[in-house]
Amino acid sequence: MSDVVIDVENLSKQYRIVTARDKGRTFREALTDRISTPIQLVRNVFSADDSSLDTGPDSIWALKDVSFQVKQGEALGIIGRNGAGKTTLLKILSRITEPTEGKAIVRGRVGSLLEVGAGFHSELTGRENVYLSGSILGMKRAEIDRKFDKIVDFAEVEKFIDTPVKRYSTGMYMRLAFAVTANLDPEILFVDEVLAVGDAVFHTKCLAQMSSIIKQGRTVLFVSHNLSAVSSICRKGILLESGKISFSGSARETISFYNDQFAEASQRGIPLSQRKDRTGSEEVKLTNFYIENEAGERIEQIRNGHTIRLIFDFDTKPNQEVENVDFQVLVLLQSGEPLLQFGTRFTGQKFKRVPPKGKFVCEIRKFPLVPGHYRLDAYLVVKETPSDYIKWLTLLDVIDGDFYQSGYCVYEQESKFLVDGTWSCNQIS
Amino acid sequence: MEQRVLPPATVIKPSKGWVSLRLSDIWEYHELLYFLTWRDVKVRYKQTALGALWAIIQPFFTMIVFSLFFGRLAKIPSDGVPYPLFAYAALVPWAFFANGLSQSSNSLVGSANLITKVYFPRLIIPISSILSGLIDFAIAFLVFICMSLYYGIYPTLAVVLLPFFLLLGLITALGVGLWLSALNVRFRDVRYIIPFLTQFWLFATPIAYPSSLLSEPWRTLYGINPMVGVVEGFRWALLGVDTAPGAIIFVSALVATGLLVSGIFYFKRVEKFFADII
Repeated sequence: MSDVVIDVENLSKQYRIVTARDKGRTFREALTDRISTPIQLVRNVFSADDSSLDTGPDSIWALKDVSFQVKQGEALGIIGRNGAGKTTLLKILSRITEPTEGKAIVRGRVGSLLEVGAGFHSELTGRENVYLSGSILGMKRAEIDRKFDKIVDFAEVEKFIDTPVKRYSTGMYMRLAFAVTANLDPEILFVDEVLAVGDAVFHTKCLAQMSSIIKQGRTVLFVSHNLSAVSSICRKGILLESGKISFSGSARETISFYNDQFAEASQRGIPLSQRKDRTGSEEVKLTNFYIENEAGERIEQIRNGHTIRLIFDFDTKPNQEVENVDFQVLVLLQSGEPLLQFGTRFTGQKFKRVPPKGKFVCEIRKFPLVPGHYRLDAYLVVKETPSDYIKWLTLLDVIDGDFYQSGYCVYEQESKFLVDGTWSCNQIS
Repeated sequence: MEQRVLPPATVIKPSKGWVSLRLSDIWEYHELLYFLTWRDVKVRYKQTALGALWAIIQPFFTMIVFSLFFGRLAKIPSDGVPYPLFAYAALVPWAFFANGLSQSSNSLVGSANLITKVYFPRLIIPISSILSGLIDFAIAFLVFICMSLYYGIYPTLAVVLLPFFLLLGLITALGVGLWLSALNVRFRDVRYIIPFLTQFWLFATPIAYPSSLLSEPWRTLYGINPMVGVVEGFRWALLGVDTAPGAIIFVSALVATGLLVSGIFYFKRVEKFFADII
């Protein structure tokens, strides 16, 4: 196995959950909260791990026993929900933070792209920033000299290269910042979600650059929510879930496993009442979900332009009436990008009291999204405190329903939303 | 068959106890040290009306105030040289030290976005913030040269030791700066301590008055404040005052080295959680 360049073995990372005393702690707090004698203050100042509460309730494992290997020239996609440990993994591998347990061996020069524009200073010119950022990312000066023209070309900012970057447009800034990092030429490249910036044209350019880096035989670890980017760039994939690897295989398999999970959890799998991946007091708890059409028939697919009802059965915990209930539903892209939110807070229809058992009916007229699969989240609030918050409650399957009754089907490349409106042309006299 | 040589491996694992210092890392990243220093210099006086004049204004006006109140009114002795020159020769290294101290103490917190996103030896950040102060020092020093020409007081041969005294000031600033910058990551109190600290330290250092006011052995003992050695060294090297500091320098150099070494050790011990708690 001589061509294994990244060998990760039982890597674990523990964090203390951020409590009030964690961020911006002061001596006084340290004194009153944790310490009773001056000797302990000294010990506290010197303690190297800052985790004296190792096993306490306010610590979590951001990564737990993660092991995998990556061979020379492979591109590995790392996917998973927010907080699954993806970024923590890259931070450990790029030596920004230390693991709590386990070890990893990385062979070769590492380039780490956790942020576009690391070290950019707004007062400096484009030229100066290229040198500064390049050296922060580990390039030698001679190397930057050599690549300078290529970087400026890639970023398309020749004319402004001697202007302070604070006068750049966001697009120019991002292009220049990415250009530096894209020309880093490391043997191993870690990329975290940086492609999420910039316009579509630039996005395509970045992806192309990434692919060409891989074609040159370099090893890439790519973290992203953008599943199509992962599948186009990476051959292999791992899925992280609450700090553990829950699936590894080809990138395509990993992605479909990831998608199936949600579909399973919502439609075919665990009934809503038994799902554990929810947060809140559960004073009012959702127990069942289905969709109806205008006629009151259950449907699996939503036709856009038609009226639908999202129906949520619920129980109350005290088994009696509960007052002051707010209900919001969120529709998001599968990548997690929110599209719309609709709830009683907006419509001013807060439920003054709800019965011990019942159903919430959310009627949406002329369903406004183009065909595709969308994630639905539900957020139930009782007296201003979260009662039941379920992400990925289901995957909404939207198909064309001839929204405009023109026979024209709008797809997501053209527009994400459909608008209830008309056009006209009138003469001005 | 082609034998492919694997690049050297980096082993990433939790460090236990007192870690090795790996100071060679800093050499490996010396270009970054250069660029960060250069950035600090470039950015320092951007969008200020007076620009680099600020490097002069601070010590120069302090000198004027000191000359008026301590020199004229209080008639504090100045080792036989004109009081303004006497004070300014001490204020130049003092300004370098005090600015370096406050810049380096805030340097890590100010670079939080780098620390959480990129790996490089963290020591480079406070070091570069102190090095960038050398430019200010050089500017302020030019004024000293003008003043010494005006008063017609020229340095003796001891001036060749000036770089050594500057280094001593740098080591002191870095030693304290490392401690405070690392503590600042965890306890933001440091930000409020610094103004006090520099103010007290200013009066605890023989800037407005000569250390020769003290009799031995107290004068030598005074060198425990390493800035005493720096300031007296500067006066001796630049003004040729006949109160050669001698033993003070050794005491100061010893304390400064102690501060630096302990600062490096402390910094290295806690740097691994910078990214997690900054």
